[in-house]
Amino acid sequence: MSAARIWPKLMKRERPSLSIKILAPLVALVVATLINLLLYLVMGKDPVAVFHAMILEPFISFPSFSEVLLKTGPLLLIAEGLAIGYRAKVFNIGAEGQFIIGAIFASALPVWYPMATGQWIWPTMLLAGAIGGALWAGITAFWRVRLRANEILVSLMLSLVAAQVLNYLLLGPWKDPNGFNFPQSVMFQYDAMVPLIIPGTRVNASLLIAVALALMAYVFMQKSFMGYKLEVGGLAPRAAGYAGFSEGRAIWLSLLIGGFAAGLAGAAEVAGPIGQLQRSISTGYGYAAIIVAYLGGLHPIGIVFSSVVMAAIYIGGDNALVSADLPIAAVRVFLGSLLLSYLMAMTFVRYRLVFARQAIGGAT
Amino acid sequence: MIALEFILSGMLAAATPFLLAALGELVGERAGVLNLGVEGVMALGAAIAFIIVYHGGGHILAFAGAGLAGALLSLLFAFAALGLQANQVAAGLAIGILGQGLSALFGKTYESLTVKGLQKLAIPGLSDLPVVGGLFVQDIVVWLSLAATLAIWTTFAFTKTGLLLRAVGENPKAAHSIGYPVIAIRVAAVAFGGLMSGFAGAYAATVYTPLWADGMIAGRGWIALALVVFGTWLTARIFLGACLFGAVSLAGLAAQAGGVELPSQLLASMPYLVTIIVLGIISSNRRLLKLNGVASLGEPFKP
Repeated sequence: MSAARIWPKLMKRERPSLSIKILAPLVALVVATLINLLLYLVMGKDPVAVFHAMILEPFISFPSFSEVLLKTGPLLLIAEGLAIGYRAKVFNIGAEGQFIIGAIFASALPVWYPMATGQWIWPTMLLAGAIGGALWAGITAFWRVRLRANEILVSLMLSLVAAQVLNYLLLGPWKDPNGFNFPQSVMFQYDAMVPLIIPGTRVNASLLIAVALALMAYVFMQKSFMGYKLEVGGLAPRAAGYAGFSEGRAIWLSLLIGGFAAGLAGAAEVAGPIGQLQRSISTGYGYAAIIVAYLGGLHPIGIVFSSVVMAAIYIGGDNALVSADLPIAAVRVFLGSLLLSYLMAMTFVRYRLVFARQAIGGAT
Repeated sequence: MIALEFILSGMLAAATPFLLAALGELVGERAGVLNLGVEGVMALGAAIAFIIVYHGGGHILAFAGAGLAGALLSLLFAFAALGLQANQVAAGLAIGILGQGLSALFGKTYESLTVKGLQKLAIPGLSDLPVVGGLFVQDIVVWLSLAATLAIWTTFAFTKTGLLLRAVGENPKAAHSIGYPVIAIRVAAVAFGGLMSGFAGAYAATVYTPLWADGMIAGRGWIALALVVFGTWLTARIFLGACLFGAVSLAGLAAQAGGVELPSQLLASMPYLVTIIVLGIISSNRRLLKLNGVASLGEPFKP
C-alpha cells in the first residue's frame, strides 16, 4: 500500500488509554480556543481583548462568575439526562423542545393563577415542567419503540414544533394584556420564583437541585444494576434480550429521564432568572447540552465540570459581545469546533498514530 | 382550482432545496455514511451564495462557492468520522452546529437584505396547458435538479460507480478484500453530499426566497435527512417525497389565501408534523426498510 508511506496509520491500542480520555477535553478546549482566536484575528477583532473577555473574565470577576453558576444549572441538568440516553445509544437531540415544553407547563400555573400565594407554587411549577418535558420526550419514545422511527429525527422535529407552540401561546392566549403587545406572558408572582441561594446574585436553588440530580445520576449509572441494564439494553440489545433486559424499556427510560431533566431545566429558567414566559427562554441550551454531555465523557461527574466550562463560554461570549464587539454567532462556531476537536481527540484513546517508517519496520 | 394551480406551479421550486440536499445525502448513505450535518452545511452554503450574489458575483459563481464550501465542510466531517473513526452521529451534529454558526457569522451584516432571484423559463406549448401549465414554468436550477435526479437514478441503476457505492455501503469488508478503496469511496460520497447540500442552501437563499435571515434553512436539512428514509433509499421515491414536502409547504399558504383561518404557527409546524407522521408510518413497515436499507449505515470501517 503506497498510501501508508505518506499517511501515518492508526493502530489499535492494546487497551484504551485512560490518561488520554481525561486529557482529551482539555486538549480540545485549547485547540478550539486557538483556532477561534485565529478566526477572530482574521475577522479584524483584537484576539487579546476577546481572550480576556471570553476566557478570563468569567472566572476572575465575581459578578461574572455568579452568572456562570446561574447558567451551569440548566446545562448540567439537561446534559446529565442526555448522557444517560447516549450511553444506551439512544440519541435524543430534542432537549431544546423538551426544555421549552417544560417551561410552558411550569408557566401554566402562574399564568392561570397570577394571584395565588404560598411556598408550594415554585416546587409545583418545577414538577409540572419536568412532567411536561418527559411527556414531550415520551412522544419520541413511542415513535421509536412502537413505530421504530429514528429518534434523532423525531426528537429534533418535535423541538421545532415546540418552538412554534411557544410562539403561539405568546402571541395568542398567554400574551400579557398589559405588555405593550410584546410576545411575553405576565411577570410571575413572588412565590413562583425559586429562592436565591447566594445573596446579591441571581443564583437560585435550582443549581442545588441540578447538583443533587448529578449525584443521583452518578449512583444510577455507575453503581446501580438498573443503570447497568439500561446501558446494556442499548449497547447490545440482542445480548440484553437473552438476559431478560428489554431494548424497548431502555429507550423509554432514556427518553423519559432526558425529557424530565430538560423539562425541569426549562421550568427553573422561567421560575428563576427570567420570571415570565418569553421567546428567548432558551438560548440553545438543549443543543449546547449535547456538547456538554460528550465533553464530560458521558460520565455524571465529568459532566459537572464540562457544564461549568460551557456556562463560562456562554458568559464569556456575552462579555466579548459587549467589550470586544464579537458577534454572538461566534459562540456557536466555537461550540461546533469544540465538539469536533473533542471527538477527534477521543480517537487517540483507542488508537495511536504510527508513522510510515515505524510501520514498515513493525509487525504489520 | 386556483389553490391546485398555485400548488402545482410552486411545488417544484419549493421541493428543490429538499431534493438537492436529500439526493446528496442519499449518495453518502448508500456508501454507508450517515452525515447528520446537512442542516449546517445548507446554512453555510446559503450564506456564501447570498453574499456572492449580493456583491454582484452572479448566480453561477454563488452556486459554485456554496457547493465548494459545502464540500469542504463535509470533508472536515469525513476526516473526523472516516479518517479518525470518530462517532458518526456526534461528528455530524458538530458539523451541523459549526455550519450554522459560520452561516450566522458570515451573514450577520446582511440580515434582511434582498437580492434578485432567477428568471423562470417556460417550456413552450406545455406551459400553456390549463391547470398544470404552471408546472412547466420553472427557473433553470429546478430543471437542472430534475436532470440531477435522473442522473443519480441512472448511476445507481445502471453504472459501475453506482454498484461500487452500494457495495461499499452494504459490505465494506468484502469490497475492501477485493481491492476497492472503501474509505476513499466513502470520502468522495460525503464530499458529493456536501456539494449538493451547498447547492440546496444556495437555492433556498438566492432563488427561492432571495432574502437573508439568520436560521432561514429552518429545519429543511433535517427534513432532507428524513426524506432519505421516506424514500427508502430509492431515488425516485425521494423525488416524490420532496414534491410532497414542496406541496405541503405551499398548501398552508393556499389554505390561508382561500380564507381558511389557521394560526400561522400551525402552518409553520406543518412540514415538521408531516415529517413525524410519515416517518412513523414508513418506519413501522419493517419489510420496506429491510428490503432497501443500507446494511452498514453509520457503522465505522477500518481497513
